[in-house]
Amino acid sequence: MMHGWYTQFAQLVLVLVMAPLLSGVTRRIRSRLLRRRGPSIFQPYRDLLKLIRKEAVVADNASWLFRIAPYAIFATTWVAAALIPTFAAGLTFSAAADVIVIVALLGTARFFLALAGLDVGTSFGGLGSSREMMFASLAEPAMLLVVFTVSLFAGSTQLSSISTYMAGPDIGLSISLALALIALIIVALAENARIPVDNPATHLELTMVHEAMILEYSGRHLAVIEAAASLKLLLYLSLIACMFAPWGTTLAGNDVVAYAVGLGAYAFKLAVLGFGLVVFETAIAKMRVFRVPEFLGMALMLGLLGAILLFVSRVSQ
Amino acid sequence: MNPFLLNQYAASGVGLLLLLALLGIPAARRTSGGQVIYGSCALVCAALAAVALHALLVPGSGVVAIELPIGQPLGRTKLGFDALSAAFAVIVNLTTAIVSTYAIGYGTHASEPQRVVPFYPAFIAGMNLVLLAQDAFSFLVGWEFMSLASWALVVSEDRSESNRRAGLVYLIMATGGALTLLLAFGVLAGPEGGYSFDTMRQTTAFAPAAIVLVLALIGAGSKAGLVPLHAWLPLAHPAAPSHVSALMSGVMTKVAVYGFIRIVFDLAGPPSWWWSIPVLLVAGVTSLLGVLYALMEHDLKRLLAYHTVENIGIIFIGLGLALAFEASGLEVAAALALIAAVFHVFNHSLFKSLLFLGAGAVLGATGERDMERLGGLIHRMPVTALAFLAGCIAISALPPFNGFVSEWLTFQAILLSPQLPQWIPRLLIPAIGATLACSAALAAACFVKAFGSTFLGRPRAPAAASASETDRWSLGAMLLLAALCLGAGVLPGFVIDSLAPVSQAMVGSELAGQSDQPWLRIAPIDPARSAYNGWLVFVMISIAAVLTAMIVRRFASHSLRRSPAWDCGFPDPSPVTQYSSTSFAQPIRRVFGSAVFRARERVTMPKPGDTGTARLELEVHDTFWEAFYEPVIRFVNWAADRLNTVQFLTIRKYLTLVFVALVLLLIIIGTWR
Repeated sequence: MMHGWYTQFAQLVLVLVMAPLLSGVTRRIRSRLLRRRGPSIFQPYRDLLKLIRKEAVVADNASWLFRIAPYAIFATTWVAAALIPTFAAGLTFSAAADVIVIVALLGTARFFLALAGLDVGTSFGGLGSSREMMFASLAEPAMLLVVFTVSLFAGSTQLSSISTYMAGPDIGLSISLALALIALIIVALAENARIPVDNPATHLELTMVHEAMILEYSGRHLAVIEAAASLKLLLYLSLIACMFAPWGTTLAGNDVVAYAVGLGAYAFKLAVLGFGLVVFETAIAKMRVFRVPEFLGMALMLGLLGAILLFVSRVSQ
Repeated sequence: MNPFLLNQYAASGVGLLLLLALLGIPAARRTSGGQVIYGSCALVCAALAAVALHALLVPGSGVVAIELPIGQPLGRTKLGFDALSAAFAVIVNLTTAIVSTYAIGYGTHASEPQRVVPFYPAFIAGMNLVLLAQDAFSFLVGWEFMSLASWALVVSEDRSESNRRAGLVYLIMATGGALTLLLAFGVLAGPEGGYSFDTMRQTTAFAPAAIVLVLALIGAGSKAGLVPLHAWLPLAHPAAPSHVSALMSGVMTKVAVYGFIRIVFDLAGPPSWWWSIPVLLVAGVTSLLGVLYALMEHDLKRLLAYHTVENIGIIFIGLGLALAFEASGLEVAAALALIAAVFHVFNHSLFKSLLFLGAGAVLGATGERDMERLGGLIHRMPVTALAFLAGCIAISALPPFNGFVSEWLTFQAILLSPQLPQWIPRLLIPAIGATLACSAALAAACFVKAFGSTFLGRPRAPAAASASETDRWSLGAMLLLAALCLGAGVLPGFVIDSLAPVSQAMVGSELAGQSDQPWLRIAPIDPARSAYNGWLVFVMISIAAVLTAMIVRRFASHSLRRSPAWDCGFPDPSPVTQYSSTSFAQPIRRVFGSAVFRARERVTMPKPGDTGTARLELEVHDTFWEAFYEPVIRFVNWAADRLNTVQFLTIRKYLTLVFVALVLLLIIIGTWR
C-alpha cells in the first residue's frame, strides 16, 4: 500500500521533471536532422524560467477565465499524465481513473484552452479555437475506439491492468492492435500539434492552431501553458509505451533493481518514440487545414475497424 | 411510513398544484401574486421530491396505489409510486423546484403574466400525474394535461409569427404522439380492455409486441425528440418563457423517456433481442444529428433545444443497450446500461435546465438570444457566466462534472456487448460507441462556441455592452443547479445506489452496492475491470491547480500589465472582426455539414481594382424538415383549403351532409356488430 503511494508520488514528480527534457531532446534531434546545431537539451527549462521571471502582459478586456485557464489546463494535464503507469504499474490512484477518464481529462484541458483562445476576442484566437475543436471532434472518438480495442483485449479499462496484460504471455500479434496503434499515433500527432497537422515552431498566421489560441499569453501564464504542452507530449508517448510496449515496467512494491530497470526502460522507450516522432516530422510536409480531417478520419476509421473486428470475433470473459 | 399515506401525499401534491393553477388566474394580475404562485410551486415540488425519494429508497413503501372512484369508462383511477416512477418523480420535482425558485425572480419579466402564471402549475401537475398514474387512462390524462398546458405556455408570447407557428407544430406533434400512445395502450390492454398497469402486465398482448415497440418509439419519441420526430423541439422550447423552456427541455422530455421505459421495459413483457436494433439505430442518428444541428445554430435557446435532441439520443443508446442485454439474459449488463440511461436523465435535467436558465438570464439582461449580437458578458454578468460555464462543462461530458459519469457508464456498458450472442448487435454497437464518442466531442465544440460567443470576447451589439447581472433568486437557482451538477459528478455512487430499485424492477438485477467501495469510487462491474473516482479526480485537479498557482506565485514575477490585445500585431478595434458563432462552426460545417445539411458557401470576390464589397453566402438545408415535414404541411394546407368549401354551403346541403353521415355510421355499427 505504502509503495503504491511512494510510486505514485514519484511519478507525479517524474512526469513534471521529464516533460521539458523530452521537448528539449526532440528539438535537439530535429535540429541535428536538419543539419543545424540546435539548442541545448536543457533549453526548455531555461525558457520556462525566463518566462516566469517576466512581466505578464494581459489584454485590456481579458476576463478572470483568461487568468485561471492556464492553471486549469496544467492541472488537468498533469493529473492525466500522472495516472499513466510510466515505469511502474499498480499506482495508488490507478483505481481512481481509467483510460477513458484520462482521455476525458485531456478533453477538459482542451475545453479551457479553446475558451481562453476566445476570451480576448481577437480573430487569431477564434481561428485557433475553432480549428482545435474541429480536430478534436475526430481525434477524440478515434482515441476512444483505440481504448475500446485495447480494453477488450485486456478485459479492463484500467491502465495498470492493460499494461500488465500486454506485457504478459497471452497477447499475440493482432490486426486489431496494429490498427489501434496506427490510429493512436495519428491522434497523438494531431493532439500535440505536431507537423502534418500543426507546426509547433511556426508563427505564420494561417498555419497555426495551437499557437493561435495562446497568442495573447505572456510571462508566467505562457510558462504554465508551455509546461502543460510538453506534459501532454510526454503523456501521449507514455500512453503508447504503456499500452503497446509495456516491457520492463515494474510493479509498485518491487525492489530497487526492478525500479531502476523500469526507469531505464521508460527512458529508453521515450527516447525511441521521440526519435521516431522527429524523423517522421522532418520527413513530411505540413498539411492544409482541410486535409487534416481526412487524416484524422483515417484514424477514426482504423479505430472503428479494429474495434468491430474485435467485437465480432470475440466473446469476452 | 404507511405506503398508502405516502401516495396520498403525492396525489394531494398534484391537487395542490391544480389549485395553484386556479389561484394563478387572479394572482397573476400583480407581480407579487405571480411570485407567490412560483414560490408555492417550488415548495410543493420540493415536498413531492421528498415524498418520491422516500418511496424510492425505503423498500416496500409506495406499493399500494390509491384508487379514486373516477376515471370511467376505462376503469378506476389508480395513483401511486413504484420504483421507476418514484425515481423519475425525484428527478422531475427536484429540477422543477429549483426552476420555480428561479421563476420567482425571472417571472417578473413576463409581458403578459396572466398567460404564463396559471398554466405553469398546471403543467407541473400534468407531469406529476403521468408519473403517479398506475393505469393507462390517468397516464393519458396527465400526458394531455402536460401537453396542452405547455402548449399554452409556448404560445404565451404569440405576437411573433414564429411563436405561433411553433405552437401549431407542437400541437400537431403532441396530438399525434398522444394518439400513438393511446393505440399502444390499447394493444397492451388486449381484447378484455384491462387498462390498469397491473392487468396489462399479466395480459399477453393480442398483437405482436413489435407493434407496441414501434408505437412507443413514435409516441414517447415524438415527445422526447427522437429524429426524425424532433422538429418541434427547436421551435417550441425556445418560444416559451425561459423558465418554461428549462422545464420543457430539461424535464418534460424526461417524462417522455419515462413513458418509453414504462411501456417497453415494464408493460410489454420480455423483449426480443432485435428490439434493441431499431432503438439503437434511431438513438445513434439522434445523438449525432442533434449535436450537428446545434452546431449550425446561432440562436442560443435553439442551440440548447437541439442539444436536448442529442442527449435524448444518448439516453436511448443506454436504453437500447439495456434491451439487448436483457433479451440475452445478461442481467447485470442490462442493469448497468439502464442505470447509465437513467443517470443521464438525471444529469440532463440538471444541466439543461441550468443552461436554459442562464440563457434566460442573458435574454432578460440584453433582450437578445442571437449569439451574433452577444459577447463579453462575463464582465457584466460574472456569476451567471460561472454557472453557465459549469453547465457547459457538465453537458460536454468532461470530468469532474456529472455528464461525464453517465457517459462513462454507457461506455462501460458498450464494452460488455461482445458477450451478446447475436452478431448483428455486436456489429452495430461499436459503431454506436463511435457515434457516442463523436457526439461527445462535438458537444464540447458546440459549448465552446456557445459560451465563447455569448460570454467571452467583446460585445457585438450595444445591448450586450450595457447588460447587468440578473436578480438574486435567479442567481441562487443557477448556482444551486451548478453545485448539483458538480456534486453528482463527484459523488456518483450515491446516485447509482439510489437507482438500484429501478433496475431491479425493470430488468431484474442491480449493480453491486457502490457505498462499499473504498474512497467513494464507483466500480459498476468489478474494480479490476473499471473504476472511476470522481471525488479523487476533483481533489487531485484542485490540489494540482492550487499547488501550481502557489509555486508560480512564490517564484514568478508578480507584475502584470494591462495593454491592448496583441493579435499578432494587427488588432482590429471593431468587434465584428472577432470569430462569431457561425464562423466558429465553419470548419465543422465543412467537415460534416456538406453531407448532412448540403451546406454550400459561395464567395463573390470583386475583381482587382473594383471597389465593390466581397460577399460570402452560406446556404444550409434542414434535410429532415424538407424531406418529411414540408410534404405533410403542404398536404394539410391543401386538405384544409378543400375543406374550406364546406363552410359555405346552403342549409339544404348541410342537412344532406348530416343525413349521409348518420346513415354511414349506422351502417358501420350494424355491420360491426
